Order: sequence, then structure tokens, then C-alpha cells
Amino acid sequence: MHKIISAKVLAPNIKRFEIHAPKIAEKRKPGQFVIIRINEEGERIPLTIADSNITIGTITLIVQGIGKTTQQLNSLETGDYINDVVGPLGKASHIENFGTAVSIGGGVGTAIAYPTAVALKIAGNHTISIIGGRTKEFVILEAEMQNVCDEVFITTDDGSYGKHGFVTDQLKELIENRKIDFVLAIGPIPMMKAVADVTKEKNIPTVVSLNPVMVDGTGMCGGCRATVDGKTVFVCVDGPEFDAHKVDFETLGRRNRTYLMNEKESLTNFQCESEKAFSQNLQETN
Amino acid sequence: MPNTLTNKERMKIPRQAMPEQDNVKRRSNFNEVNIGFTEELAKMEAQRCIQCPKPSCVAGCPVGVKIGEFIVLIADGDYLGAAAKIKEDNLLPAICGRVCPQEEQCEIKCVTGKKGEPVAIGRLERFVADYERETIGIRTPELKSKTSKKVAIVGSGPAGLSCAGDLIQMGHDVTVFEALHELGGVLIYGIPEFRLPKSIVKAEIESLKNLGVDFRTNSVIGFTDTVDELLANGYDAVFIAVGAGLPYFLNIPGENLNGVYSSNEFLTRVNLMKAYRFPEYDTPVFNCKDKNIAVFGGGNTAMDAVRTSKRLGAKNAYIIYRRSDAEMPARKEEVHHAKDEGIEFLFLSNPLEFIGDKDGWLKSVKLQKMELGEPDASGRRRPVPIPGSEYEIPIDMAVIAIGNGSNPIIQKTTPDLDYNKWGNILVDENTMKTSKQGVFAGGDIVTGGATVILAMGAGRKAAATINDFLMNDY
Repeated sequence: MHKIISAKVLAPNIKRFEIHAPKIAEKRKPGQFVIIRINEEGERIPLTIADSNITIGTITLIVQGIGKTTQQLNSLETGDYINDVVGPLGKASHIENFGTAVSIGGGVGTAIAYPTAVALKIAGNHTISIIGGRTKEFVILEAEMQNVCDEVFITTDDGSYGKHGFVTDQLKELIENRKIDFVLAIGPIPMMKAVADVTKEKNIPTVVSLNPVMVDGTGMCGGCRATVDGKTVFVCVDGPEFDAHKVDFETLGRRNRTYLMNEKESLTNFQCESEKAFSQNLQETN
Repeated sequence: MPNTLTNKERMKIPRQAMPEQDNVKRRSNFNEVNIGFTEELAKMEAQRCIQCPKPSCVAGCPVGVKIGEFIVLIADGDYLGAAAKIKEDNLLPAICGRVCPQEEQCEIKCVTGKKGEPVAIGRLERFVADYERETIGIRTPELKSKTSKKVAIVGSGPAGLSCAGDLIQMGHDVTVFEALHELGGVLIYGIPEFRLPKSIVKAEIESLKNLGVDFRTNSVIGFTDTVDELLANGYDAVFIAVGAGLPYFLNIPGENLNGVYSSNEFLTRVNLMKAYRFPEYDTPVFNCKDKNIAVFGGGNTAMDAVRTSKRLGAKNAYIIYRRSDAEMPARKEEVHHAKDEGIEFLFLSNPLEFIGDKDGWLKSVKLQKMELGEPDASGRRRPVPIPGSEYEIPIDMAVIAIGNGSNPIIQKTTPDLDYNKWGNILVDENTMKTSKQGVFAGGDIVTGGATVILAMGAGRKAAATINDFLMNDY
């Protein structure tokens, strides 16, 4: 059992958790992930470790409530427990001094890009960060990125904050004006694909972190397989980071939709039950 | 009573059949197929043993269970005595009685079997283990006095559990590290409930806990701690028993279509994550109801997967195997159960390509007919394609059950062990010692995919050497 030391809402539907897991806090490297299972009936889902605090023995997970499990996770508060947390899993990010490195985070992807941005800075890169969000309230970790990066750019789809447009618009502008040596892009699949398309033209080495459906996270089931450079890889042990120019994003997106109908059913049940519990509580307090 | 029977009379008693759950009813439930001997059946079967002075059955058992001795106790009605006798050599008899391939190990050597059918050793082992558990609960043996030596065991599957059982009895402190959230390895995630009820695995693990074995789940050795860190942090020896755990695929086009699974994934979702109880449990699995399901492979895992799909409601459930009936590595009993449950077998058929619909969902498989040629390295006749014999059958889900390679995590994080080119750890077969001082290995990570009892045998062999290593300081 792992205690939630702190749970804070960062943006609508996005929550930041500090979870007691001293061993993982000590071991984790940028790019690695954990697999969590909330309770006995829960499924196992992978979440990239955003940060850690070795002194108090916690890891940071930033979670967007999309399906049942992430919404259930986001309903937990400080003092609650998570049954299982295992990790750190996967390969750590490949870090070196590339020169000028751009870390791009789309939405909650910024949480995953953050630890790698820190490592890129420590390795001596001129580190630039582009944070994208649908609207102002979805721009997360701006202060943290400001603290570690040499430059931070913000884009919002509706122009409510920062530059009006997509992260790729900002990236194109940067590429036109100066030499970019390395790009890391983490976010929704269409966004990572768009970044890969932009940098491929200019031959800029680009890495993306893939988030397929996983079960064990140790290579045992092969459920997370993706196509990279025409070959099948297991994202959990061969990744999660891969050369963006070689990833078959179409297959990745399609495989991630395997359980769409089940996910809908689970989510509807969960939301109905949450509402029932809520109104029952209300009646009791009245 | 009947201990006065002559050998001739004993050999006239027919082998007692295993009572089974009705073969139509069981297609829609996950309850155990074999029901187990009654006392009467067990006693009758036990009398078939002629008590050879030099029993060759014992030599066939990887852990050397004193077979004749426990069977004579059953014939006398001393079932608890029989259970204790088995446990001198095997702490997990309820599991072994169910999943050991006795027909290739002890029973194939049985003298009674030379002229007729062998004594049903496995069924008797299972009977006494179940009898003990259901009447007085699993008894645990006496422990030797504590040695203050510490052993880390990596993996809680059959090799790890049997090694832990022996080492704890020898007086050592034992910690077992398991990557998943549940203990038991392949016994839990791989072998289905209808063949090995999880409550039985849990009860046998519980008995090891009662002996003092410390189990740690959610610990992926290599990541959580490396083997070197275990050795540096107070463990005097490490036994690596992580299993095979990296599924092979067919490497044919269309294998990443939606609806194509490895047997590991399909079985893990159903067994470990209880997807058959979705949405009560959160993990989903392909909805097999009224669908066409094909499982590729001819081993026990293939049988487990295809029979599972039938229980999940499959309309047509096929085994597709590129050789013929005779070459299938699965146990006869499993094949027989599968056929009884309506599984269809397509022999001498080799998959060439998976074909999907416009949304990327599997819709059919293209197969090629094969014929048997000359024997290959395995001694089995090699399947050879028949040109122009390609055909296509509609399928909605495919499960690939053609075995496992070795998991890379230990190799990547413990590079100073010796490995073969497939990533299996190299050991001295008599001692299970690796090339690294204080590190031992056994089970599927050494042999490649094999059986539960072979892994248990390796675990016991390693325990004996580890004990030697710890006590004699060599």
C-alpha cells in the first residue's frame, strides 16, 4: 500500500500526486515509468514519473482523468492509498549535450517532458521548453519549466494564453531562426506525429515517449507492442522513448483504441456510481 | 485389508478414471475440470501399485518423491501419513498432482504400466494433498535452527517457491521477490483456474509464509534492486528464477492488428486480472462471445488459451498447428479435455498472414497446408509447405502460443553473468551455479520454456547447492 502524501488539482481534470514510494524515488531516472493498480479490482496502468523527492521518499505523478482508472485515481485525496506501485520501469531517457535541445509537452505530456528537460539542462544543453495547452488553464508546470529551462514558450489552441496556435507553430518558428540539435515531444499521438513531421524535414533528431496499453510492464505480455522502423518493439522494455521519425503512429493510435467500448462502459458505470454516492452523501448530510 | 493381494491380483485392477466435470456444462464455467478421486477410488488405485523393490518411478520424478512409500500409506487409509511422506521431497503436492506431466515422468516408468496402464501416481498425489488441506489444513515441516544466512530468490513461480521451501527448512532466511502484484508466477497468471484453482496455489504459498518465507510483491529485480545490490545489501546468495517471460510472435504480416494477442497477454488478462469478470474487474479482454477464435501452437499453453476462449463464449475455437496430432507437445489429457469441449484442431496448417478490416481489426488468417517431411533437430518430422495450398479462414481473435524467449531485464542489469545467444543464463546443470559467485539460476530462464515440475526440480537442486555454499563457505 502506498500513501498519497499530497494531491493537488493542477488544471481541470489534471491532478498532481506525491506518493510514498521511497525505493522508486531513489532509483528513478528521467523517462522511466511506474505501473499502478488502485485496488483489488483495478487494472494496471503505466504512468511516467514526473519527479521525486528522495528526502521524504515520494514520487510525483501527474494524471489526467480520461478513462475510468485515471478518473478514479483523480478522485483520491491526500491520505488515501494506492494498492500497488511498481517501478521504475522502462529505459531511462538517453541524455547527452546535444547543443540546443527543445522539450515539447502537450497538455499532461508536459509532466512527462519535465524530468527529461531537467536532465538535458544538467547535461549542459541550452534547454528550451514549449508548453502547449488547449486553453490557459491546461498549461501546466510553467513555473517548474521556467526554473530549469533557458527559455520557455507557451502556446494555447484558443490564444487565451501565450501564443495562439499549436506547439508545432512555435517549433517551426524556432527552427527557422536558429539551429536546433535535439527535440523531445510528449503529448497526444497527433501532436507527437505533427512534431515528428516538422523535424523530419530538417533532419533534427527527435524522440517521443509512447504510451500504449500495458499489463505487466516487464516484457512478459507483449500487449504494448508498437511498430518502430518497420519492426515490432515492446514499449515497456525497449522504450518508452523512441526515434520519432521511425514510429508508426497510425498503428499505435489504432492499437490504443482496442478497448474503446470496454473503456466507455467502465467509465459510465464509474460515473453513475460516483453520482449515486454523491447524492446519497448529500441526502445523509441533509 | 487388501494388502494381502498378490501382484497378479493387483495388476488386474483397472486404472481408476479421474471424475470430471460434465463436458458441456464446463464449457461455460471456469471451475476445475478434474474433480479428484474419492477415498474409495484412491484406495482402489493405490492397490494397483506392486511395490517394486527397486522403483523406477522415483527415478522419473525430478524431485524424487518416494512414490511407492506414499502409495502404500494410501492403501492403508493413512492419507495424512501419505501427505507427510510426499512433503519430505515436494512441498507443493496439490500443484504438482495437477500440472506435472506424470505420463512422461514417473508413470512412464511404472512397471504395472509395462503390461497395462500405469498406476495413476499424479491423481494419488493430488488426492492426498487435497485431503490434508481440506481436513486438517496444510501441515508445515519442522525447521532446522536458524543459520543467520540470507538468500534472495528472484521470482515466485515454481522454481522460486520450491527453492524457498527447501532453504527455509534448512534454517536460512529467505526473501522472495515477485514482479507482479500477486505471488505464484505462471501458476497464477498462466495456468487457468479450470486446470489449477488459484485458491490451491494461494494455500500452498500461505504454508511457505507460515514457515517464515518473506514475500515481496511489486519488486522487479533489475529495476527495484539489481542482483549486485541484493548481494551488497546483506544477501549471501541469490537464486534467479524469473521464468522465460518474453513471448515469441510469428513474425508474419498483420501481427499488430487489433485482436492479435500473445498467449501470455490473453491468459494474464483473464487469469491474473480477472477480465472474465469485467466490468466488475477493470481489466478488459477481447469479447469472445459468438466469435471465431484461433490459437496458434500445440503446447499446454495453447490448450489453456483455446479452452479459455471457449469458456468466454467463442462460437468456433480452433487450434492451428503446423505439424500433426502426434507431434503436439501438449499433455494428452489436455488435448482430450479440449476435444471434449468442442475445440476444433486444424493440423498441418501454417499461418502466412493476418488480414484486417479497414479499421485495423483482425478478420481472417491466411493459412498454408503442410505435409510432414524428414525429422528435424527435435526428432519430430519437419512440416513442409505444400505449394498452392493457401486458404483463408475468418477469425476475430488470434492468440499466439508458440513459446517464450528470455526476458531481457536481468541480462541488461547483470551483464557479468554468462548467457547463451538466446539470453538464457548458463549454469552448471548439477549445481545450478552461474558464472558469478553466490548467484544461482534455474527454471525457464535457464532451460527456455519447460514444465512446472522441471522448474521445481531445478529450484530444489539449487537449494541444496546454496545450502552447501552458505554452510561450507566455498
